[in-house]
Amino acid sequence: MYTVAFPSFCVHGPRHEEDIMDLVRREVEKCDRLGGFFNMMSMAGGTGSGMGTYITQCLRDTYPHSFILNQVTWPYGTGEVIVQNYNSVLTLSHLYQSSDAILVHENDTVHKICAQLMNIKQISFKDVNKVIAHQLGSVLQPAYTEGASEYNRNPLGDLMKSMVCHPEYKLLGLRNIPQMSETSLAYSVFTWPGLLKHLRQMLIANAKMEEGIDWQVRPPAGGLPPAEKGTHNKQLRFNTSLANLLILRGKDVQSADTGGFMDPALYTSWLPPGVASSTWRTPMSFNRYEKSATLVSNSQFLLKPLDGIVGKAWNMFASRAYVHQYTQFGISEEDFLDSFTALEQIIASYTHL
Amino acid sequence: MTQSIVVQVGQCGNQVGCRFWDLALREHASVNKKGIYDEALSSFFRNVDTRRSDGDNNDISGGKIRSLKARAVLIDMEEGVVNEILQGPLRDVFDSKQLITDVSGSGNNWAVGHKVYGSTYREEIVENLRKAAEHCDCLQCFFVIHSMGGGTGSGLGTFVLNVLEDEFPEVYRIVTSVYPSAEDDVITSPYNSVLAMRELTEHADCVLPIENQSLVDIVNKIKHMSHSGKLGAEIKQSSTIISGQGGVKGQEKPFDAMNNIVANMLLNLTSSARFEGSLNMDLNEITMNLVPFPNLHYLVSSLSPLYTLADVNVPSRRLDQMFSDAFSKDHQLIHSDPKHSLYLACALIVRGDVQVSDLRRNIERLKPSLPFVSWNQEGWKTGLCSVPPVGHSHSLLALANNTCVKPTFIELKDRFMKLYKKRAHLHHYLHVDGMEQSCFSEAFSSLSSLIEEYNQLDATKGLLMTDAQRLNIAV
Repeated sequence: MYTVAFPSFCVHGPRHEEDIMDLVRREVEKCDRLGGFFNMMSMAGGTGSGMGTYITQCLRDTYPHSFILNQVTWPYGTGEVIVQNYNSVLTLSHLYQSSDAILVHENDTVHKICAQLMNIKQISFKDVNKVIAHQLGSVLQPAYTEGASEYNRNPLGDLMKSMVCHPEYKLLGLRNIPQMSETSLAYSVFTWPGLLKHLRQMLIANAKMEEGIDWQVRPPAGGLPPAEKGTHNKQLRFNTSLANLLILRGKDVQSADTGGFMDPALYTSWLPPGVASSTWRTPMSFNRYEKSATLVSNSQFLLKPLDGIVGKAWNMFASRAYVHQYTQFGISEEDFLDSFTALEQIIASYTHL
Repeated sequence: MTQSIVVQVGQCGNQVGCRFWDLALREHASVNKKGIYDEALSSFFRNVDTRRSDGDNNDISGGKIRSLKARAVLIDMEEGVVNEILQGPLRDVFDSKQLITDVSGSGNNWAVGHKVYGSTYREEIVENLRKAAEHCDCLQCFFVIHSMGGGTGSGLGTFVLNVLEDEFPEVYRIVTSVYPSAEDDVITSPYNSVLAMRELTEHADCVLPIENQSLVDIVNKIKHMSHSGKLGAEIKQSSTIISGQGGVKGQEKPFDAMNNIVANMLLNLTSSARFEGSLNMDLNEITMNLVPFPNLHYLVSSLSPLYTLADVNVPSRRLDQMFSDAFSKDHQLIHSDPKHSLYLACALIVRGDVQVSDLRRNIERLKPSLPFVSWNQEGWKTGLCSVPPVGHSHSLLALANNTCVKPTFIELKDRFMKLYKKRAHLHHYLHVDGMEQSCFSEAFSSLSSLIEEYNQLDATKGLLMTDAQRLNIAV
């Protein structure tokens, strides 16, 4: 079904709601125990962004007590769709109301992983999607939560519990290492201390992948009053976290020491780190990697891209370009302003972590 | 998948349309080896069992191809061109019920086409369109093909545009308009064009202006390449965008080469709607992404490559060259200078063996030399269709919404004023029932407003635009 940008929210959503919710209900009935909904969509186009948002709202209305996790693909910075910034603003602001958490993949980042880490010459969408699938698999495949003797029955619920403690902070990012081509893999050896050290620095320095990590960035010295800590952060581009979840898969996983992630300096002052950091493990290796470490984090890592998207969308909105395409389908200028306001609020909240 | 209906009006519209159907058949034949009526075919063709005689209900969905009928309505107020089509090799592609003809033509008079024939044939036109629409599961777009300078294409063509908006308001209207060149042999072409322009501005979703001179230049360039016979630079004859080889039609006629270019442009425009690819781009995405303001919907099209070299051992720096060429003035279907004006938006429709990384690399490479309006610095819309056109391994159609169309419109306005100041030939128009002086002055002011809208955008070019002040949120 081909649709026009976000107006699919207003037109196609309601039109197909009954059929879609019917299909959902049938799937739900087949489950012994519904862990939740995992919705996958992009933010730039029409169907994924508009319909995806509408369906999420329907799911929330119909299943008010279920977890809803939205996996959202952020478009390439240099356009795929000209109105992608509008669609992104409308999508995120609406999802924030109905979804429990929003797990983000940025096309630019995944593309760089394909180019620089996987050494793929002519990158296709298949390659990009394979990386995203690998990263998602590394989170959702069975694992043991801390102290558990059985595999987690409810990964979605456990994920939410660990990551989303406050409704104002729902943006989650994913980092998974190692990531490399088959040929390189054959010649590489990994240790848990090595992997965890890299992941920690990637988190602190806001590196999106395991290359070009800035080792100069350090967490601020503990004990500083929050205001000072704030300026200190800005100077060193230090990425403050709200919550972190480590998922470790592979050989000798029990020996992995995740103490580095409990350091209070990594976190915002109003949360104790014992609560903010958790680890899942399994000795089962994942997808050819003898050892694989994933970090799901709720931190300031998306602040800059988000600010960028809102800035561009706002500039476009100031000239009212393309707005007539949305108003003819029921999204008014007020709706736009509401969405902008919601996102500025989110940006402000994350900035002051 | 969705369907589109082509409405070809007037002599030019029908000749271009004819080439479109021939090349479309050729394209589908080269891809569809098994003769199965698939979704790609259904976007422009019906599958009909001609043995059954119960009129309209003989469409077959799926299964083997029986008889393909174009989803088209052919309108001309002279019989010559349409008759030729019906006697030629494409006769079986058109249902006789799809035609609306008259005998004496419009005399190069927009008013005759629009007012006289418009009112005479309105009912029949609506009837015809309804029938064609009923044969579609999901009609998405009307393609109108016509010229601006004459009487039928220009007058009746824009009348049909109005009808399409009234009767099918939710279906997109993409218009391919052939604009007259300065040395046009029709003296009243400026009147006809300006009167038609107003209709296009008010009732079309997207307009693709074409200039005959650009088509001539492309034809000459290709012929020159063919005859230069440089070693290793031989062109594969069937691969040029002016060739009809491999199509149904036999002998080539004088305008065929030029019309084939326009036909190829339309095939590329609709490729993603017909064939699959890793990044689909449907027609409504074109009308959405390329039109930031309702009236500014005139798109400059350029095609590349113009031909493929016969020697397959030529290294493929061809791919990046294809992108560069699409932004060269030699490949445009209208004379204009986009690089020295302002881009409002740009779409790249790529066909063939091209991946997203090739696309991104070339956009990065070309971006610095292309001036974009301040609020749309990354105003690129991209589509990847995996099926290339016949004879090529890949191709690119670039559609630019650029203020460079302004000089074309200003020239049109000037030629109009030259005649209008002297009231030359005006009586032919005013004699027509329903035609008044106000039609002229309103059409003129519509064109002037359009030019002014482009002016305002041009004024922002090169200025350092500060970012709009963001909303302040209390923390």
